[in-house]
Amino acid sequence: MSQSELFLVNGRLLDPATGVDGVRTVHVVDGRIRSISADLPSNTQGVKVIDCAGKLVLPGFIDLHAHLREPGEEYKETILTGARSAVAGGFTAVVAMPNTRPPIDNAHLVRFVLDRAAEAGLARVYPSGAISKGQEGKDLAEIGDMVQAGAVCITDDGRPVMDPALMRRALEYAKTFDLPVMVHEEDLHLAAGGCMNEGAVSTRLGLRGSPNVAEDAMVLRDIELCALTGGRLHIAHLSTAGSVRAVRDAKRRGLRVTAEATPHHFTLTDEAVGTYDTRAKMCPPLRTQADVDAVLVGLADGTIDAIATDHAPHSAVEKDVEFERAANGIVGLETALPLTLALVRSGAISLMRAVELLSLGPAKAFGLPGGRVAEGEVADLAIVDPEAEWRVDPARFESKGRYTPFEGWTLRGRVDLTLVGGAIVYESKESGR
Amino acid sequence: MTLARKHLLGIEPLERAEIEEILGLAVSMKELLRQDLKKSPALRGKTVINCFFESSTRTRSSFEIAAKILSADAVNWSSSGSSVSKGESLIDTAKNLEAMRPDILVIRHAASGAPHLVASRVGCAVVNAGDGAHEHPSQALLDAFTLRERWGSLEGRTVAIVGDIRHSRVARSNIYCLRKLGARVRLCGPPTMIPIGIEALGCDTTFDLREAVTGADAVMMLRIQNERIAGSLFPSTREYSKLYGLSQAKTSWLKDDALILHPGPINRGVELEPEVADGERSVILDQVENGVAVRMAILQLLAGGVA
Repeated sequence: MSQSELFLVNGRLLDPATGVDGVRTVHVVDGRIRSISADLPSNTQGVKVIDCAGKLVLPGFIDLHAHLREPGEEYKETILTGARSAVAGGFTAVVAMPNTRPPIDNAHLVRFVLDRAAEAGLARVYPSGAISKGQEGKDLAEIGDMVQAGAVCITDDGRPVMDPALMRRALEYAKTFDLPVMVHEEDLHLAAGGCMNEGAVSTRLGLRGSPNVAEDAMVLRDIELCALTGGRLHIAHLSTAGSVRAVRDAKRRGLRVTAEATPHHFTLTDEAVGTYDTRAKMCPPLRTQADVDAVLVGLADGTIDAIATDHAPHSAVEKDVEFERAANGIVGLETALPLTLALVRSGAISLMRAVELLSLGPAKAFGLPGGRVAEGEVADLAIVDPEAEWRVDPARFESKGRYTPFEGWTLRGRVDLTLVGGAIVYESKESGR
Repeated sequence: MTLARKHLLGIEPLERAEIEEILGLAVSMKELLRQDLKKSPALRGKTVINCFFESSTRTRSSFEIAAKILSADAVNWSSSGSSVSKGESLIDTAKNLEAMRPDILVIRHAASGAPHLVASRVGCAVVNAGDGAHEHPSQALLDAFTLRERWGSLEGRTVAIVGDIRHSRVARSNIYCLRKLGARVRLCGPPTMIPIGIEALGCDTTFDLREAVTGADAVMMLRIQNERIAGSLFPSTREYSKLYGLSQAKTSWLKDDALILHPGPINRGVELEPEVADGERSVILDQVENGVAVRMAILQLLAGGVA
């Protein structure tokens, strides 16, 4: 970042790393936090001062799970539009999933993602690499080569690693680099082609359902493989009460297991499918209220380490079709903050915990920079108006994706300003500054 | 006489009064159907397109005859060899058909909810002629019509539905329809064929055929699709037939005046022994005839023609 200096004044700083919660002045110099003080700056001659009165000053959010679609599906999203969407949602860093076309399973593609992200110059983009060549679940990809190129985790993403022996080898091999292995937990035999949660709603709608046990069984399998290998397991978008229980037990056993949950899984139930609304079609599917309640407890008690968006933009070609044919996934980056703040209002989690789940939690899970507002840290920050109300209008998304089950919802909490390395990369048109 | 709604997408959203209205009109439609000169000008100048994305000779013919008796111009469109096989989306297909200015699109589709998607995008009326494992409203209406013809009313009656409930749109529509008309519904089949949460629709379930049919006023046997065997829902048709088929011997479990229904086509020897399918209790051919009358009533009410 260029030589720069600025002061953020009068904002309520929340830093989950130190527990600071109070009005502070943050002094940013050359992309890093120079100082944090309870006093206003004495001399601001020639220095940019941003008044954050009434706003929250937070560590920039880190999304462990975003689909940027480039290379190969640029009609859905590009690294540039995905990065724009990220910073509009307060995310200063995203982990890009490897299920592109072709899949990111080699160092060249890892570098390609990093180059494109550098050109965009917005959010930090951390590539993930595939576990297996072509994400085909057969042979290990060149993991070491990808790590050296900059991959921060390996995952076959939407494709569960059905072969337990391959999963064991992945966990073992990734230990060389202390790399998390991220898994989409779904036993495809038990899921049996289900396109929503199996339960009373799928029965009424006559849609094939995928039962909770399709997820639970794989979570339990991989936790045992994690215990066997001593590897690092990261469970993507967990959605069932059984998964939450299994991860809690694994952590009690001291295993290196981390987990994430998405805003849609902690906000909605399978009732959102309504009359075949493809905006509510995702994988894992939206579950029942009992599962949502369990996820909320998991978010509160530390079982779940991070809120991740599973940002998965699709076009009308994939979404405006028969429900069972529709693609899974929704736009997630731009609605994550207000949906998380709704949990604070409902009393499910504290504000500090909410901030932790969006920033420090994911940073720690993957060993990424950021997630802290402290002297010497990178100045990746989100300035948030916690009370501002806005109506979700997908036409106004920065993402190319337009499908969200929250369309038309009025949400509270808006990102006003996003700084990456001390540079303003996003400013809300509505912030009135 | 018109229906208070534009589309017939399922029985679930219907009020009892609407069901009664359709069944009431179907009585006079059946009289018309049985006339020597079976023709009414009611839908003259109206166009009905039968869009069958899934093959079904029986239902398609039934809708076609119903439309023609009412003087509508009926066109049959099927997806095989059409633009769909070239990759056209459902919405594009529907919009293209709509551009030909039909008054009613009758849709059969393997995907649950497909008619709902079409109805949300076109201006004309949409009739669901069976969508996936969701609903088959005209079938439930013709079943109710057939039972009402015999009983006068369904109030207080008990109907057992036997077979692959999980994949059956006929079962779901019948559960709604029979319940709304005051009947009790028992479902029966192997546990692999009883989906989770079906009781929430207001019915009882049992895995025991004898228990299901004992005391029932009617037994509705569902067709076993042979392709289901590959899904390991039951070990063999032989074993299925032994446990859940209705043989002549098992009819002794039934009430003397119990009726036997089947939406067709029958796998003779699997769901029903031939003697039972053709026996005195069977109203299977009545169902087929009544299907035309009920579909005439549906088309007339949705097209808003003058009777």
